[in-house]
Amino acid sequence: MNALRDLLSQGAQMLLVLALAPLLTGFVRKVKARLLRRRGPPLLQPYRDLVRLMRKDVVLADNASWLFRVIPYLMFAGTWVAASLVPTFGNGLLFSWTADLIAIIALLGSARFFQALAGMDVGTAFGGIGSSREVMIATLAEPAILMTVFAVAMIAGSTQLSTVAEFMGSNAVGLRVSLGMALVALIIVALAENARIPVDNPATHLELTMVHEAMVLEYSGRHLALIDLSSQLKLLLYVSLIACVFVPWGTAEADAGFSARASGALFYLGKLAIFGFLLALFETSIAKMRVFRIPEFLGAALMLALLATLLRFVSGSL
Amino acid sequence: MSSLQFDIAHLLAGSLVLASFMMLYQDRLYSLLNVYALHAGVLALSVAWQAYVQHAPHLYVTAVIALVFKAIIIPVALHRIIKQLGIHREIENVIGIGLTMMAGIGLVALSMVVMLRVTPGADALAREDLAFALSVVLLGLLIMVTRRNAVSQVVGFMSLENGLVLAATGAKGMPLVVEISVAFSVLIAFIVIGIFLFRIRERFDSVDVQALDRFRGERR
Repeated sequence: MNALRDLLSQGAQMLLVLALAPLLTGFVRKVKARLLRRRGPPLLQPYRDLVRLMRKDVVLADNASWLFRVIPYLMFAGTWVAASLVPTFGNGLLFSWTADLIAIIALLGSARFFQALAGMDVGTAFGGIGSSREVMIATLAEPAILMTVFAVAMIAGSTQLSTVAEFMGSNAVGLRVSLGMALVALIIVALAENARIPVDNPATHLELTMVHEAMVLEYSGRHLALIDLSSQLKLLLYVSLIACVFVPWGTAEADAGFSARASGALFYLGKLAIFGFLLALFETSIAKMRVFRIPEFLGAALMLALLATLLRFVSGSL
Repeated sequence: MSSLQFDIAHLLAGSLVLASFMMLYQDRLYSLLNVYALHAGVLALSVAWQAYVQHAPHLYVTAVIALVFKAIIIPVALHRIIKQLGIHREIENVIGIGLTMMAGIGLVALSMVVMLRVTPGADALAREDLAFALSVVLLGLLIMVTRRNAVSQVVGFMSLENGLVLAATGAKGMPLVVEISVAFSVLIAFIVIGIFLFRIRERFDSVDVQALDRFRGERR
């Protein structure tokens, strides 16, 4: 019976992240538009876009290899698995023993690797430049997020997300400067990885600055729908990662019943709404950076994360 | 000592190191000065917390000195100097910001390794304070080394001195007389440096210290 309940719970989580990801993107767009005193697209527009793209035919370039056709599925699968490993409404789900932070980063990293390959596959100039920029961002963002993970793991004593979240929810945490730095570093990395405004703006096709759009320019139809959905899932993943590590309140315990999980889901929706609003507020109040400023921006995240690990090292060895 | 008291001391000292890194990151003179004022403000808070934790009322005087002189008077004076010199935008770094940051991280790691090795017997608060103070001092030196502009070198020197004050408050029992005399000697040094800035500027029409190298015939 317990196994069945765990299976249902894990399945609910997988469906929940898939269903909520476009909604979060739509919500951020709506809030951004309202902050700019525009009306904005309706909240459900991302779903409609996905459905419309699914119905359309796929147009492939003549010299596209098999890799080009396989990659959208690979990216979507990797990102979906990673997103459903992060605890959303309850800890200790069925697959929580695999929900290791390093494994999640590896899944995202392989998705990004395939995306960069796809950008170069067709051989257009835009795809190449997008891939090269994406990889430049990744070389700084990946060490930064790994150092953040180390800083958090040294405090919590584990890299398993459920254990980390339970530790952060308990009273044993105390006041830690490392945690604050790790939070800021993680936010900067999340902005860069999700192509949000100071680093990239996927709403435009400006060849001077585009990163994410340049890589997926050749995709159409259901392939594009899958890629869009996986980038929405990635945003949801980062938001729920920040929520589960730094604001774990309201999440259901490992062996809680149905009602606790339902209230955990409500808390999770609230956290998503708050983070989405804050993200939109941040994006409307800041200007897009030049591409050559991005390494400095991400370098600051890397430095913060390194410093967090070092400081934790000091207070840990005392 | 309770763990909360230690955590707050750790937080303040860690923020001081972070403020040093922020100074290292700045590329405009005015924002460098603002971050320096923040640095001194954090120092004052940290010293005041040490005074509360150690029950040492004379440290409150040090905190007030740090707040008034370092966080208010010196930044305002430097603002005026910059305005008179007319150099309010540029800072020339010797090497790029990324490399400087990496060097800074290396220095922080070095100071922690050194300090935790040499002070196994002292109590936790003093050890942690000394490790952070050494890294603030080294970062101040790094600021002085990596900037060509004489004004930002002065700011690096001042932040180095903040690190010394942090070390002095962490190691218990530094007499008040010494602290006051150190504070005033730094103020005197600041005045002397200010005069020198104007002399350099009159002689070379610039406060870029590379002009000194060229004047001595060492470069180009």
